[in-house]
Amino acid sequence: MLPLASLPETEILDAGELKIAELEAVARKVRASVVKMAHTGKGAHLGSALSCIDILVAAYWTALRHNPRDPWAPERDRFILSKGHAASALYATLAHRGFFPVEDLATYAKAGSKLAEHPSPACAPGVEVGTGSLGHGLSLGLGMLLAGRINRQSYRAFAVLSDGECNEGSVWEAALLAPAKKIDNVCVVVDFNRWQATGRSEEVMAIQPFREKWKSFGWSAYEIDGNDMHALCEVLGNVPDGSGKPVAIVARTVKGKGISFMEDDNNWHYRIPDENDVARACAELGVEP
Amino acid sequence: MRNAYADEITKLAADDPRIVLLVGDIGNKLFDSFRERFPERFFNCGVAEANMISMAAGLAMNGLRPYAYTITPFITMRCLEQIRVDVCYHEQPVVLCGVGSGLSYAANGATHHSCEDIACLRSLPGMSVVCPGDATEVRLAVRAAAKERGPVYLRLGKKGEPMVHLTPPDFRIGKVLPVRDGREVALLATGSILPVAIAAAERLEAAGISAQVVSFHTVKPLDTEYLADAFARFRVVATIEEHSILGGLGGSVAEWLADQEGPRARLVRIGTPDTFLHEAGGQTHARRLVGLTAEAIAERVRSAFGAAAPSDPILAVRS
Repeated sequence: MLPLASLPETEILDAGELKIAELEAVARKVRASVVKMAHTGKGAHLGSALSCIDILVAAYWTALRHNPRDPWAPERDRFILSKGHAASALYATLAHRGFFPVEDLATYAKAGSKLAEHPSPACAPGVEVGTGSLGHGLSLGLGMLLAGRINRQSYRAFAVLSDGECNEGSVWEAALLAPAKKIDNVCVVVDFNRWQATGRSEEVMAIQPFREKWKSFGWSAYEIDGNDMHALCEVLGNVPDGSGKPVAIVARTVKGKGISFMEDDNNWHYRIPDENDVARACAELGVEP
Repeated sequence: MRNAYADEITKLAADDPRIVLLVGDIGNKLFDSFRERFPERFFNCGVAEANMISMAAGLAMNGLRPYAYTITPFITMRCLEQIRVDVCYHEQPVVLCGVGSGLSYAANGATHHSCEDIACLRSLPGMSVVCPGDATEVRLAVRAAAKERGPVYLRLGKKGEPMVHLTPPDFRIGKVLPVRDGREVALLATGSILPVAIAAAERLEAAGISAQVVSFHTVKPLDTEYLADAFARFRVVATIEEHSILGGLGGSVAEWLADQEGPRARLVRIGTPDTFLHEAGGQTHARRLVGLTAEAIAERVRSAFGAAAPSDPILAVRS
């Protein structure tokens, strides 16, 4: 773990065995919030939000140097949800982490709310950039890191991308640039749930072999179970990883993870849960509806 | 213009530690001095404009003043969505610098022409569009852009354009610069076509029509104070640009004019037609093809001037 010189108030848990169970409990709470938000806000992309929640929880509870009470501290690590369609997961993670009240999540996607289906710039404390158009987040992060280099700041940048997002050529423009500029404090996490909007991501585009692609572009590339809290904490907690290369994590996930009747069912890319769905989901998660 | 740009951005970087220069794998040797003096603030981003623009936004979000430079169609239309989302939506002070605008790189073919870029960029919320008329205006625009709160698009020519301003004028983004006095018609030129507009004014003068010329370097925000005065004072107001008549300076002025009341000058929009060029030849040849020569411009304006007030006895004598 890197020192927290300028962010004394930040509480970072270590990822010991005892804590993993706590983090998994947090992830269940975040999942329940996200399911409820999809119901009340009638927002799409529930499956995509559920698949990346473990990544977000591991990042915000164990890896990122940040302070919920000082969300724009200049030395904060930059976290970019490049797959902006999973905004509900980001909002719920930030709220449960203490960046803003959990009650605010009830306004999600409602007319007049700051919390829209895709995040707008600085729409809530901790939302680093506005996303929704795919293939922007990694490049933004690289720009932030070059600024950090010029300004002599040591923050890192984490960008969570979807596998479908990696269809975008701009992702690979960024992937080519980072090693050339010797950027080793960036971490890309691809939420590889194997589905994009209309089909299996391996079938829509020739994405495989995916880890090898990042490796061949000069990245230090890992492939892990992206719903395994322990594996996530270990690899997210090791950026930069000492190789001198930028870090890419292919996080194999399950779309709709955590809710049995949503898992790996791509209908939940757009489907809105009804009251019964919410009750069943919360019961499975062991969280009050 | 590009040499003036390279020199001025280097001087500006010496004065302002926030200046960062991003280039899209062009300008071999042009930026050697910048690279030598400020290596940590120079990035060759390769032939990858989308990534370059998003990175510029990321730099700006963290207090820096990035200038991103490459050939005009590639820094405007190739990466338009990155400009829209990462720069404009986030209200970041990124300066986009397009070199070889309009028909400057005519010899390279239509892939390298840019007669639609003003139309694209001026439609983006918060974006200023500045087309300097000569190398002096380039230098002043480079400095003025660093003081803006939001994004700026600088539309540059290439090299060797005639100098118009002998001494540095009072250059302000959003304010026209008068370059020639006249009483009857006004020629509003944006960008490197400015010297041609001056030559057209001289031809009009010889034909007995007194023509004012202004460098209308800022297409957005539009200098409506000047326009209100010009349309009240002159018989013909002509916009002149090396850009399509759709959506550029002529389009901007026409939009503004549609909302005005009362009698006013006749507007003549002179620019490139709504078509691609398919033949070889340099800028001079291309300008001749599309009617952007001093002769053709003077003729268009003279004809409109005659038509503007056919009952006027003085005009009747002249025609």
